[in-house]
Amino acid sequence: MDYLAQQLINGLTLGSIYGLIAIGYTMVYGIIGMINFAHGDVFMVGSFVSLICILLFGITGSTDIVIGIGILMIVAVIAMAISGVYGWTIERLAYRPLRGSFRLAPLITAIGVSIFLQNFVQETQGARVKPLQALFAGGFTLHEGTEFTVRITYMQILIVLLTIALMAGFSLLISRTSLGRAQRACEQDLKMTQLLGIDVDRTISMTFVIGAMLAAVAGLMYLLYYGVIDFFIGFSAGVKAFTAAVLGGIGSLPGAMIGGVLIGLIEVLFAAYFSSEYKDVAAFSMLIIVLIFMPQGLLGRPEIEKV
Amino acid sequence: MTKPLLTVKDLTMRFGGLVAVDKFSFEVQAGHITAIIGPNGAGKTTAFNCITGFYKPSGGSIALHHPSRGDFSLETMEDHKISRIAKVARTFQNIRLFGGMTVLENLMISQHNELMRASMFSIAGIFGLPSYRRAEKEAIEKSMAWLKRIGIADKADDAAAALPYGQQRKLEIVRALCTDPVLLCLDEPAAGLNPKESDDLGVFLREIRDKDHVGILLIEHDMSVVMEISDHIVVLDYGRKISDGTPALVRNDAAVIKAYLGVDE
Repeated sequence: MDYLAQQLINGLTLGSIYGLIAIGYTMVYGIIGMINFAHGDVFMVGSFVSLICILLFGITGSTDIVIGIGILMIVAVIAMAISGVYGWTIERLAYRPLRGSFRLAPLITAIGVSIFLQNFVQETQGARVKPLQALFAGGFTLHEGTEFTVRITYMQILIVLLTIALMAGFSLLISRTSLGRAQRACEQDLKMTQLLGIDVDRTISMTFVIGAMLAAVAGLMYLLYYGVIDFFIGFSAGVKAFTAAVLGGIGSLPGAMIGGVLIGLIEVLFAAYFSSEYKDVAAFSMLIIVLIFMPQGLLGRPEIEKV
Repeated sequence: MTKPLLTVKDLTMRFGGLVAVDKFSFEVQAGHITAIIGPNGAGKTTAFNCITGFYKPSGGSIALHHPSRGDFSLETMEDHKISRIAKVARTFQNIRLFGGMTVLENLMISQHNELMRASMFSIAGIFGLPSYRRAEKEAIEKSMAWLKRIGIADKADDAAAALPYGQQRKLEIVRALCTDPVLLCLDEPAAGLNPKESDDLGVFLREIRDKDHVGILLIEHDMSVVMEISDHIVVLDYGRKISDGTPALVRNDAAVIKAYLGVDE
C-alpha cells in the first residue's frame, strides 16, 4: 500500500510534465489539424536553455530554498521566452508556407524540423549527457511504514503546484480572453474567423508560442526532476506527450491534461510492478491500443468529415 | 452626387476556361439596399466572393469608399483586412456560426480586435485587469443590444447551434454587424425562411439601412423580399450584367423576363 502511494506520487509528477507538453500538441492539432512533431524538441530546447540559465545564475544544492525558487522562476521565464521565439520561428518558416498544401507536407517538415533541432543542439551543446546536481534535495515523509517510507520531495511539490498554476492560467486564457475566444473560433471555422476581421495567421502563431512556452516549463521540470538531459530527450518525452494527447482526445485541452497524468501513472506503475526497462513499451502500447479501440480518446469528439 | 460606397468596374473571374463573371460593373450607394439577382449559376456568389476577398478576381477593380477612412482597393487586400480596415462584412448561403460557442461569444468574436488591444495581448485578460474588464463590458453591452433587437437576448448563453434556424440566420447578420461595417454583404439571407420570417427579415434589413446607416448588398432568390426592400437591383445572367435599375424598371425589363422565363420562339 505504501509502495503504491509512493508510485502514485511519482506518476503524478511525471504526468504533470507530460500534460504540459501534450497541451502544445492538442492545441495545434485543434486549430490547423497537424501534428507538430517538432514540439518534443522545443521541449528539449527549453530544457537546455534552463540548464544554461541555472548554471549562469549559479544555483546549487546549498542555495537557500526561497531564493532558489525565486531564481528558478526567472529561469522559467527566460526559457519560456526563448522557446516561444523558437515556436514562432518554426511555424513561420516551416509550416505557414505549407498551409493549404496536401496534408502530409507539414507532417514531413515537422519531422525535418525535429531532426534539425536535435542536430543543432547536439552540435552546439555536445552529444554527451548534461548532469545537474540535485537542487532542494529535501522533502516530507508522509508515512513511515515498516518496510517502506512514503516521501514527497520539495521538487515534486514544486512541479505539481507549478503545473496546476500554469494549467489554471492557460484555461483562463482560453475561456476568458479574446485571444482564447479567437482560438476557439479558428478551431471551428478558420475562414469565417478571418472574414470577421481576425488575423488568423497571428492567432496561429500565438498558439505555437503558447504551446512552446508550456513545453519550456516542462523542460525545466524534467531537468530538475531527473537531473540529467541530452539532445535526444525530446523524442521519447514528445512521443509520450503525444500519446497523452491522443489518449485524452486530440483537440481537447482538458483531455490533454488528464491524458498526461494517466500516461505518467501508467509508465511509473508499469516500471514499479513489472519492469522498468520496458516502461516505454507500456506508454507506447497504450498509444496503439487507444488508436485501435478508442481513436477519439477520452474527451475527444468523434471525427466529422468536413464538406 | 456623392461618391458611391462601392464601385465595381469590369470585374472578371475565370476558373480555368470558364468565365464565371465577365466584365461586371455596378455601384452600391451609401444608405441603399442593392440586390444582385439572376438565375442559378449566373455568377452572383462568385462576384460576392471577389468583393469580400474570398476569391482574388482575374481582372477588374473593386473600390470601396469609406466615409471617414478613405478609399480602398478591395481586390488587393487580404481578407481579414477587408473586414477589419475597409469594414466590409459578409454572411454565407449556408450558416457558418461557431456552433459550439455561445450566442454571446459569437458576437464577441467580431469585436476581437478592439478587445485584443484593450487586453494588451491577453496579459491583462488573464489577470482580469480593469482596462480589459471595461472593454469587455462594453463589448458585451454592444452584443446584448443587438441581441435585444433581434429578440433573443434571453438566449445569450445558449450554444449557437441550439437556436432555431430563423434565429441562426439573424444571429449571423448581427455577428457581421458587430464588426461595425459600412457595407454588409448578405448571400441569400432569406434562404430557408418561412414567409413570416422573411417579412421580419425585410423589416430588420430596412431598419439597419435607415437607423444604422449601413449599406447593404444582397443576393436573393426570394423575389418578394427583393422587390419589397431593394432600392436598386442588378441582374446577372451567364456572368454578364443584363439589367440595372430600380425594382420597377427591372421587373419590366424584357431581357430580365427572357433570362428568367425564356421567350417563345
